[in-house]
Amino acid sequence: MKKRILITLAAILVICLLLAFLQTLVIPKYADDKTKEGSLVSEYYAEAGGHDVLFVGDCEIYESFVPAVLWEKYGISSYVRGSPQQLVWQSYYLLEEMLEYETPNAVVFNVFSLKYGEPQSEPYNRMTLDGMRWSSSKIDAINASMTDEESFIEYVFPILRFHSRITQLTSQDFKYAFGSPKVSHSGYLMQTGVDPQTDFSKGRTELDYEISDNAWKYLDMMRALCEENGIELILVKAPTNTMKYWWHDEYEEQISEYAEENRLSYYNFIPLAGEIGIDWSTDTYDKGAHLNVYGAEKLTEYFGRILSEDFGIEDRRTDASLSEAWDVRLESYYKERNG
Amino acid sequence: MDKLLAILNELHEDVDFTAETALIDDGILDSLDIVSIVTEVYSEFDVRIPPEEIVPENFNSAQALWELISRLDEA
Amino acid sequence: MLFTSYEFLAFLAIVLALYYILPKKTQWAVLLAASYAFYALSGIEYLAFIAVTTITSFAAARLMGRVSDGEKRYLEGRGEELSKEEKKAYKAKKKKRRFLILCLALALNFGILAVLKYTAFAVVNVNSLLHTFGAETTLTVPSLILPLGISFYTFQTMGYLIDVYWAKAEAQKNIFKLALFTSFFPQLIQGPISRFSDLAPQLFGEHKFERKNVTYGLQRILWGYFKKLVIADRVLIAVNAAAESPENFGGVYVFLLIILYSVQIYADFTGGIDITIGIAEAMGIRLAENFNRPFSSRSTKEYWNRWHITMGSWFNDYVFNPVSVCRPMLAISKKSRKWFGKKVGKRIPVYLATVITWFLTGLWHGAGWNFIVWGLLNALVIIVSQELEPLYSRFRKRFPRLCASWGYGAFASIRTFLLMGLIRSLDVYRNVPLTFKMWGSIFTKFNLPELLSGGISALGLGLADYIIIVCGCIIMFAVSSLGKERSVRDRLYNRPVLSWCLCGALFVAVILFGAYSVGYDASQFIYNQF
Repeated sequence: MKKRILITLAAILVICLLLAFLQTLVIPKYADDKTKEGSLVSEYYAEAGGHDVLFVGDCEIYESFVPAVLWEKYGISSYVRGSPQQLVWQSYYLLEEMLEYETPNAVVFNVFSLKYGEPQSEPYNRMTLDGMRWSSSKIDAINASMTDEESFIEYVFPILRFHSRITQLTSQDFKYAFGSPKVSHSGYLMQTGVDPQTDFSKGRTELDYEISDNAWKYLDMMRALCEENGIELILVKAPTNTMKYWWHDEYEEQISEYAEENRLSYYNFIPLAGEIGIDWSTDTYDKGAHLNVYGAEKLTEYFGRILSEDFGIEDRRTDASLSEAWDVRLESYYKERNG
Repeated sequence: MDKLLAILNELHEDVDFTAETALIDDGILDSLDIVSIVTEVYSEFDVRIPPEEIVPENFNSAQALWELISRLDEA
Repeated sequence: MLFTSYEFLAFLAIVLALYYILPKKTQWAVLLAASYAFYALSGIEYLAFIAVTTITSFAAARLMGRVSDGEKRYLEGRGEELSKEEKKAYKAKKKKRRFLILCLALALNFGILAVLKYTAFAVVNVNSLLHTFGAETTLTVPSLILPLGISFYTFQTMGYLIDVYWAKAEAQKNIFKLALFTSFFPQLIQGPISRFSDLAPQLFGEHKFERKNVTYGLQRILWGYFKKLVIADRVLIAVNAAAESPENFGGVYVFLLIILYSVQIYADFTGGIDITIGIAEAMGIRLAENFNRPFSSRSTKEYWNRWHITMGSWFNDYVFNPVSVCRPMLAISKKSRKWFGKKVGKRIPVYLATVITWFLTGLWHGAGWNFIVWGLLNALVIIVSQELEPLYSRFRKRFPRLCASWGYGAFASIRTFLLMGLIRSLDVYRNVPLTFKMWGSIFTKFNLPELLSGGISALGLGLADYIIIVCGCIIMFAVSSLGKERSVRDRLYNRPVLSWCLCGALFVAVILFGAYSVGYDASQFIYNQF
């Protein structure tokens, strides 16, 4: 009898270990050029703490604001916690999680995702949520994000979701089984290519421009969370505006009105693109949908002045230990930027 | 009884119905055979075997079947 | 709630825990609560239907029971005074009364089933008839709900009623216990169809926790999931692809489809039954086996004794036998003997009953011509092989060594497998003329080179999938062959290390190779830039 129990326990242990190993193999590594964005959320933990400004939002945030530039030009220590198609409730819970590690002076949120009021896409959910460490914020984020076809347990045991990749494993899956290479610079995902914008036509009309109650709810929650912690919440809209991702006037009106009502600062950079100095023939890598590094640097420089002059974020370059950390980051930033 | 054996032998010439005691359990008789037997019994003995009596115990041997027919004839 | 959902696994774990933790006396109540919870989770509006079946069956059985009891008491008290004829007349009167009660209950319950399941089908056919005769009117096709498992629970419960009528079962005195018999959740969706006298004592009895039962049950459940998730649900992708665009997949693809669909339905159905029987076994309840290595059958008749056994025996006991020995049929038999001679006349009632039974079997499977034609073709094959039996018999006598050889057995099994598969493909296309056309294409354009030169991947499965399917089939075949003499679980029971290795491997295989979750279609998981 005793022997039987021992065998049972040993067997269960072996099976669990085997499954755990298989799980590390089949989980996507998000290391190649096409899916790098999936690594963004998890990279925060290595740099958590000591930031003056935190950014949250979708691709428009992690392709537009460069923490390295903010430090180099203004001595502002910042981190961008963006992820592809990050929806407003995901931004909220990511922020809530970050506030467990640190309390910044300001939080910047890109408003484009407010047009979505419901869970959108399973793969993007996974890209945003899988990178979070387990916490009540992650649990809430999962519950707020799941599409109908998803199950919570597949977040707990990702092998249940990704098991079918077992027949399509590549060398990357073995190479990065126990850790992927760093893809971002403090959350900024660098794009050095140039693909000019030539088509400036307006976006098609949509069925419904009304920002949903669900989206407002999480924006309200984000505002309250910042208020509680004495953090300035700043809303921004990246300067990009293409037919596919068109920022309709109706959205602009609703956001402006909300910002005014709640005395929030809101910067729509679309009309300011000229003033910032963005040149759509050189400053985008995908025909105007997103900025490349040259455009992002210009925008960051412009926004950094606002942060330090209008919001009084202090220059901390005199802080020796902080400077040391940022020197390393700057070096790696310029290494990638200048090839 | 001889008449019954004649009916059975007509269905399966190669089976010794006086000796077999597991006609159903061993799969010698199938459902089509059973129905043939019931119709034959009806036309030969004028005894109708109702569906609830079509159970293996009544058809496993010629003897059991004979007892069934006698019982039904009496009632 | 599907067997293959996370919710069901959680539900099952909770039910099993409660079943053994709570006092043994309440075990049946746990099962009843679990069954109704299971049913309600599948669709709360369905509860009304199963409740109606339960209540009417309970009442009808009790009434029949009361008539029988009264009859017994009367005969015991005054038996001496009555003559044989008077007794007979009295019994016949009482039997008639019970028969009336039975008919009312059957009419009501089969009526519900018929209305819900067949109204739309009937209306569509009436419409096309009207059109044929040039009528302008078109009746609207109603869309009625079809409660989960209604075909199964109606049949199981009506079997109980008929058993009570035949005095093979006692009328259940507790309506809640009958409710459990009607709704026992593991078998609610797909059977097996149990008999009251087998199942009821087990359902209402007390079962103490026994390691062997639970081990066997869990092993069987795991095996069922392997068949369902790794094999059936993967093959299903190819079956659906071929069925959805028959114009692209004619000829050799039809042949391939027949084999794939046979594999799919075998793995899916027997796997589901394995899960059902395994759950019951883990609770100490033994359900009737529904399959007995069906693809080893050498004839259609044998196949139907091995495939979906409980349904076959239900139709045999409650349709085929009563129909073939009912008085009108016996009268037909007598007349046909007079007209066609003894030899031919003898067969007419048997074959008539065969055709009726298979027509109803087809109809039971679904409301559609394809199911009816499927049933009738089965009847045809059975009758033809019955007619050819003397020929076979002579052949066997002339070549006894050949017929006893392994090769001949394999040939007969493959022949039966293909024949059954061919008929079964009606179920894939769900369209009778189309199916016949596709059968024809097997002979007119057998485009084997196209299949071999990469066409096989057009069915939506990759090389890895085919490898998994083939390996899965080999494992199924091995397990089935090993189990012929002594069940695999018996062989493993006293070898815990080997047992754990195999079960562990099976479990990992289900997790890794199962065709479940959104992830299955790997092509879904391609990101675009955002």
